[in-house]
Amino acid sequence: MVPESWYLTLSAVLFAIGSVGVLVRKNALVIFMSVELQLNAVNLALVAFSRLHGNLNGQVLAFFSMVVAAAEVVVGLAIIVNVYRRMHTANVDDASLLRW
Amino acid sequence: MGAVAFVIIAGIAVGSALGLAFKRNAIHAALFLVVNLGAVAVLYLTLGAQFLAVAQIAVYAGAIMVLFLFAIFVLIPGKEETGPDPRRSYRILALPVGGALLAPLAIVLAAAPRGPATPAAAPDGVESIARLLFTDYLFPFEVTSVLLLAAMVGVLLLSRRREG
Repeated sequence: MVPESWYLTLSAVLFAIGSVGVLVRKNALVIFMSVELQLNAVNLALVAFSRLHGNLNGQVLAFFSMVVAAAEVVVGLAIIVNVYRRMHTANVDDASLLRW
Repeated sequence: MGAVAFVIIAGIAVGSALGLAFKRNAIHAALFLVVNLGAVAVLYLTLGAQFLAVAQIAVYAGAIMVLFLFAIFVLIPGKEETGPDPRRSYRILALPVGGALLAPLAIVLAAAPRGPATPAAAPDGVESIARLLFTDYLFPFEVTSVLLLAAMVGVLLLSRRREG
């Protein structure tokens, strides 16, 4: 049986890769996908903790985070499409109205 | 046996995550994310979370990724991130930042508290998770339906074409 710490380490690696993706990419869609990768890494950690403690609470929490992720993706994509319609770009470097 | 399977699946997951972060083409990135989500679903199976594995495939790899692909088709037909990058020096900083994030996370998680020496016979299977969802977590479960409804109404409002 694979120890839970392996799963937790893998989840940390995936989370870090996702955060690097958020930082290096310019396309808003790909940044959004990297955020999904991070959410997924945290879900993996939750399920691993669930087995570590021998109960199902972690799995239920991962299920709820999946539902919230679905709602978040829908709203986020609608916002990105709206930004694209208005500014004709999905590049986060060009959409810098709120930056000083 | 289990360890070998874990290493193979973890390798696929990490490789596809790196592909997502560094491939220039957005469609390739989306397909790498599908591979990653599938690998994580297999890991859920090895952890005894059958319900979450199937939900992962259906919700993430199915619904969410189709939505992403639609958005990519609409927004950036075949265009890649090309040309000189005016902020290249800042972007290179992302790698040490990611490393600095990974190191403490990995140290803390690898030293995670050991559970009870003999796990209390983790109840698995779809039936016990359904029982938990509809008893202890009934209220949050119902609230998620309101959340999904709110998201749906919000998206209808956001994607409405404004005249003028």
